[in-house]
Amino acid sequence: MTGDVLIVTTGVANLASIRAAFGRLGMSVRLGDDPGQVRDAERVVVPGVGSFGAAMARLEALGLVPVLRDRVAADLPTLAVCVGLQVLCASSDESPGVAGIGVVPGAVRRFGEGVRVPQFGWNRVQAPPDARFLQSGFAYFANSYRLQAAPADWLAATSEHGGPFVAALERGRVLACQFHPELSGNWGLSLLERWGRATARGGAGC
Amino acid sequence: MLTKRVIPCLDVRDGRVVKGVRFQGLRDAGDPAERAAAYEAQGADELVLLDVSATPQGRRTTLETVASVRAVLSIPLTVGGGVRDVEDAGRLLEAGADKVGVNTAAVADPDVLTRIAGRFGRQCAILALDAAGLPAGGWEVVTRSGTLRTGLDAVAWARRAADAGAGEILLTSWDRDGTRQGYDLALIAAIAGAVDVPIIASGGADSAPHMRDAFRAGADAVLAASIFHYGETTVGQVKAWLAAQGIEVRPE
Repeated sequence: MTGDVLIVTTGVANLASIRAAFGRLGMSVRLGDDPGQVRDAERVVVPGVGSFGAAMARLEALGLVPVLRDRVAADLPTLAVCVGLQVLCASSDESPGVAGIGVVPGAVRRFGEGVRVPQFGWNRVQAPPDARFLQSGFAYFANSYRLQAAPADWLAATSEHGGPFVAALERGRVLACQFHPELSGNWGLSLLERWGRATARGGAGC
Repeated sequence: MLTKRVIPCLDVRDGRVVKGVRFQGLRDAGDPAERAAAYEAQGADELVLLDVSATPQGRRTTLETVASVRAVLSIPLTVGGGVRDVEDAGRLLEAGADKVGVNTAAVADPDVLTRIAGRFGRQCAILALDAAGLPAGGWEVVTRSGTLRTGLDAVAWARRAADAGAGEILLTSWDRDGTRQGYDLALIAAIAGAVDVPIIASGGADSAPHMRDAFRAGADAVLAASIFHYGETTVGQVKAWLAAQGIEVRPE
């Protein structure tokens, strides 16, 4: 697969896994944090690292909050992973008082009592029937916080960990995963491949 | 619902996979990247790579080995052995690890876990807890590959480490490791009951029934090396048997 993927370097990331995954799919990967780069890139990945507050502080300092908000609003190919999904939301229990990018309505909450936190491991994902990218299967999660209810205007895949939660969201060419597709074996690679194919500039998916 | 995980462990020395009883009488079991790819294909849920030469000989985990494994692996990779501080963790994560196991250094200074969790996220900070039974009951923490008995109560240490930022505990029974007599179920139950973070049971696995017993005792994941390395059974066979026993595992 041809095409370019820009991974936003939020400063505290271990990006080796997601780089390796796109590499195995034959896609070229660049790293960057310049607002112009992020605005103009064919595809942008917001990786899942650190805490909500630390990630937002970094995105604010880099001037990337409006750029990412505009990308999602304009339906430019964007993939958010783990904390990357969470920072698209309005707020998180993890960092009270810190505003998220806010393109996904809803607050991110900590998992409730009675379940292992963090959620570490493979959970069953139930995809909506009309999803373009998401399919049902098993995905690898590593998270203590999650969006509980599907926000309006997004297609949501769900999982269960002490009750249902949002495993992933998609809308147009934007895909946001609470799980790590790059660590979810062949199932995860095929998800990245579907998103990559459908978001190729000038490709059939546009 | 979260499935129970089966995790092969590659003990690596000088870039080769080795495994022996208490790190004595090492036998060669192959190339790490080759083994890693084979285990993922069999249905392994994650992989743990331990640099068994690291602590005794003061070596650092081989970054090249980590990079070669990462290049072929699409499941999580935990690397442990000789991790002293956040800089060591950073190098391993950069080379391709997703999580880093800390043992001896965390006992000396629990803030190591806090620093790793603070910099890279709690999901990266794994406490490797080696425990040995005490004659009067209970377990004490051992470090430096079992050579140092710390006198530290294993349950209290697990709690403290989880509070300090450990996101998961790789719990090894030093009495059972390499013996193939089964996991220390009382130890698993004691630690799993004391903390909220997930427990990976390690030390003593010889069969799928041993793994079932560990899950029933409270483990979230099981680690095994020998039974997979020499082709006696595959990860897929073990998971199929566990599923038939009513334990939810990720199908291949």
